[in-house]
Amino acid sequence: MASQEILREEPSRGSFINDPKVRGIFFQAVVVIVLVALVWWFVQNTIDNLTRLRIASGFGFLKSRAGFDISDSAIAYSSDSTYGRAIVVGFINTLIVAGAGIITATLIGFILGVGRLSHNWLIRKICMVYVEVFRNIPPLLVIFFWYSGVLSVLPPPRESINLPFSSFLNQRGFYFPRAVWGEGSWLILVALLLGIAMAWFVARKARQRQMATGQQFPVFWTSAALIIGLPLLAYALSGFPLSFDYPKQSTFNLTGGFQVKPEFLSLYLALSFYTAAFIAEIVRAGIMGVSKGQTEAAGALGLRPGSILRLVVIPQAMRIVIPPLTSQYLNLTKNSSLAIAIGYPDLTATTGTVLNQTGQAIECVLIMMVVYLALSLLTSVVMNVVNARMALVER
Amino acid sequence: MQEHDLSFVRVEMALAQSAPSSERGLGAWIRKNLIASTGDTILTIIGIVLVAMILPQLIGWAFINAQWIGTDRTFCATVAQGGIQPDGWSGACWAFVNAKFGQFMFGRYPIDERWRPILVAILFVALLVPLLIPKVPRKGLNAILFFGALPIFAFFLLVGGVFGLPHVETSLWGGLLVTLTLSFVGIAVSLPLGIVLALGRRSKMPIVKMLCVIFIETVRGIPLITVLFMASVMLPLFLPAGVSFDKFLRALIGVSLFAAAYMSEVVRGGLQAIPKGQYEGADSLGLGYWQKMGLIVLPQALKLVIPGIVNTFIGMFKDTSLVSIISMFDLLGVVKQNFSDPNWATPQTARSGLVFAAFVFWLFCFGMSRYSMFTERRLDTGHKR
Amino acid sequence: MKHIAIGILGAAALGLVASAASAATLDDVKAKGFIQCGVSTGLAGFSAPDDKGDWQGIDADFCRAVAAAVFGDGTKVKFTPLSAKERFTALQSGEIDVLSRNTTWTINRDTALGLNFVGVTYYDGQGFMINAKKLPGVNSALQLSGAAVCVQSGTTTELNLADYFKTNKMEYSPVVFEQLSEVDAAYDAGRCDVYTTDQSGLYGIRLTLGSPADHVVLPEIISKEPLGPAVRQGDDQWYHIVKWTYFALLQAEELGITKANVEEMKTSDNPEIKRVLGQEADTKIGTDLGVSNDWVVNIVKAVGNYGEMFERNVGSGSPLKIARGINALWTKGGLQYAPPIR
Repeated sequence: MASQEILREEPSRGSFINDPKVRGIFFQAVVVIVLVALVWWFVQNTIDNLTRLRIASGFGFLKSRAGFDISDSAIAYSSDSTYGRAIVVGFINTLIVAGAGIITATLIGFILGVGRLSHNWLIRKICMVYVEVFRNIPPLLVIFFWYSGVLSVLPPPRESINLPFSSFLNQRGFYFPRAVWGEGSWLILVALLLGIAMAWFVARKARQRQMATGQQFPVFWTSAALIIGLPLLAYALSGFPLSFDYPKQSTFNLTGGFQVKPEFLSLYLALSFYTAAFIAEIVRAGIMGVSKGQTEAAGALGLRPGSILRLVVIPQAMRIVIPPLTSQYLNLTKNSSLAIAIGYPDLTATTGTVLNQTGQAIECVLIMMVVYLALSLLTSVVMNVVNARMALVER
Repeated sequence: MQEHDLSFVRVEMALAQSAPSSERGLGAWIRKNLIASTGDTILTIIGIVLVAMILPQLIGWAFINAQWIGTDRTFCATVAQGGIQPDGWSGACWAFVNAKFGQFMFGRYPIDERWRPILVAILFVALLVPLLIPKVPRKGLNAILFFGALPIFAFFLLVGGVFGLPHVETSLWGGLLVTLTLSFVGIAVSLPLGIVLALGRRSKMPIVKMLCVIFIETVRGIPLITVLFMASVMLPLFLPAGVSFDKFLRALIGVSLFAAAYMSEVVRGGLQAIPKGQYEGADSLGLGYWQKMGLIVLPQALKLVIPGIVNTFIGMFKDTSLVSIISMFDLLGVVKQNFSDPNWATPQTARSGLVFAAFVFWLFCFGMSRYSMFTERRLDTGHKR
Repeated sequence: MKHIAIGILGAAALGLVASAASAATLDDVKAKGFIQCGVSTGLAGFSAPDDKGDWQGIDADFCRAVAAAVFGDGTKVKFTPLSAKERFTALQSGEIDVLSRNTTWTINRDTALGLNFVGVTYYDGQGFMINAKKLPGVNSALQLSGAAVCVQSGTTTELNLADYFKTNKMEYSPVVFEQLSEVDAAYDAGRCDVYTTDQSGLYGIRLTLGSPADHVVLPEIISKEPLGPAVRQGDDQWYHIVKWTYFALLQAEELGITKANVEEMKTSDNPEIKRVLGQEADTKIGTDLGVSNDWVVNIVKAVGNYGEMFERNVGSGSPLKIARGINALWTKGGLQYAPPIR
């Protein structure tokens, strides 16, 4: 109140100290000075420490020979490859496990989320127990459970469980025949792409026709025929170029074929099952967010429960679901860094090994941070695009 | 002769008729909830099969076949493995948990000094319970004791080195003690820090805002394990020669900063939900910035986001298990460390230990989430649309 | 970032900020009254906590010897368990004064990591262990082609493994873990056929497995693993103290000075023994080094001589029962050799 009086008498002096703008600038200047000083102090310390202790620095080490092997690698990698390539291998592994995990978690999560709202008491309770159990234990523990479970339940390699199609299951993982593509197999790929394109075209036309005339067209069966039939036709035409490399028993392990390692398997399953519990809650909230009138109106129009869910409820629920779903996808990607605990060579694990071998802690941690940040930003961007498209449905 | 009056006026209400038998009793409940349609019936059968597959095995393993007492591995190993159990036996080895219980709770905290964490735990519960029960009076004093006096007291008691108490290094701490200390400090630091960050992000000062945004988004974009690596291998190089941090403290800082970033986003959500009129009303009363925020905006905003805050707490509580990766021994770390004890190495040891750890984590997290639901209902001021 | 500053202030207030100097480690160690010693998170025979939480093993005892040399009291030492990843940063940053954690001496660690290794307290070599019950007929590492091999990440072991299989044109699939306990568990569970680490370690780990008798260590040694303590670069005095503590342990064994007879030996007529034990008149050997003149007496009183330390922790007096082999003194055909203390 006093300041107001001063304000009236001497507007310039009073307002100078109390002016929020001036104060703001002053405060920000202080923050910047403190921050710059602090960063400068850190940098100076680091440089000091590095030179005093004669620790190498810089990113030159990325080009030197790694010297260690990596068990799971999607690209060519041997101990002669560089540290840089080792990190790339880890990055790709992170992408693989996160991608696979996201798909499975979404599937399980949607089933559970719908299940929690089921009319069936038993199903409702089972889903509830699942969600309450998995939501409340640390993901690391879930990963250990799967890993120790996988290792203790499955038999040693000499007593592998035989599965159909010459697949095997044992402690060393899941083996199945690997397809070896022969001469002319490109035709099959072309046919597949053609099939998908035609199916998409058919679906579009069918929808237009239904909008215009109300007549329906069996889109699903036509698409299935196109997507499966065309490649089969190409396969026959190109003279059956496909052969299989079957897993065989050798001294220690099964050799040949395609092997899914137990580390990947347990990490992937653990991430999927853990995240599914959260996605289930999001889906449930999304469906409950769609007002009951919508369901009743759809019912009054004569739609069956399945169609109500598919055509009325889910499209509206998706709008509520997508933003939190994005953060769950991000969490899953970040949680994939727990791979280090069970030895799956993801980004954190391989970069950690490089850190250990080179001792260049700052560079390696920086690489990790930047890559994860970039991944997060990328996922956010993609999901924002999806979100924007969903939101457009509003009329 | 008595004259009969033909007109009839009913004086008492007709008794309510019981529902038709098709809508009554167990049968109707089953018909409605389990076998309403063919699809439903199939689902029910699948459900029953699932439960029948899992539940008996689980109960059999955890209770019926479990080994509750024992002094070494022979009690939990089958004859073929050099133990006393019949071949093909599969049951939990609670004897292992029993024998290692002290370690699971306190890590390698010296046995003679364990009364100190126990005393802290008793005080913790004694102060926490009245704080949680809404009807108990003197919340203000209680909160000051809980958030102010208790941490200081606990610090001196646990670390020691004063008043004749022997010093106990943090490298000896372990088990649930570490998990709870990390979580409690993390919660106590991250909430105020998160509020400051959220206010900074909504501030009108561009530089402050930018710094807060950079901090929040960076931390939220990277996994906690990276933050912990940074704390354990990078931070020492940032400090001048001669200054070094306690490892435990570094992990504490890492976890708190990490949680603060998430907390600030939750608080920001609450701040955004407060109508502009509230801000303007506070301004028109002549309140300063901190008065406006502290007295008008934050009380409303925080109330709105209690579920989010508790979820962040739960997330952080679970995340503390990650410190076992940077070779600190929290509950999970200690449990895992004990698997390699040759005295107890059996196929059932690891499973039993993990189940025990999972149960403890579950208990705390489930408790927190239930309490948050309770508070949410209690604080529901009816403003919700 | 300003929060880190708050953290530092808070830490200072809490009194948890430890202080360790780089320029004069000795002064600093004396000021705080104990030596901070980096050890492993648990490796039987080298550094592992016993039931009471006391650290046992050659590496732990070496730290006690240094403490005895500096303070005349072998108990003035505190142990920091470190993972393979943390160990170098911990030493570089001054968190610990000595790294005594079964660490292999390599040129890269001397030149690029800012360490100074003081000597070799245990000459080791990398070996392989297999489950003989599950793999009958395998008795050489050269038969291991196609095997799954369990190994700890970020160690020289991992590199040697890759080199060995490459040189011998064999295939293998690595199963890599961050912590030793995880490698143990995976090997015990049958995730891999072969466990590889330093041979001494293999013997120690074998004891902790479900049925030790089933497992055999293969005869091949595929690498040189000289394990020794290391200190920071840039402090010669501290480097000398730690280095000569190691030599003193060897010298004591050579001269037959043991924990039991050290007091009698003080009055020995042998001039060399008198000199080593600081009983010569006007001796300045100890004070020149920066410790008291009876430093060797203190060391031997605390942990015994090198031979006693060896037998107690990994040799005949321990469950590991490893033979001295190349770790015997040079006079007995081994490699352990100390320059004269004079």
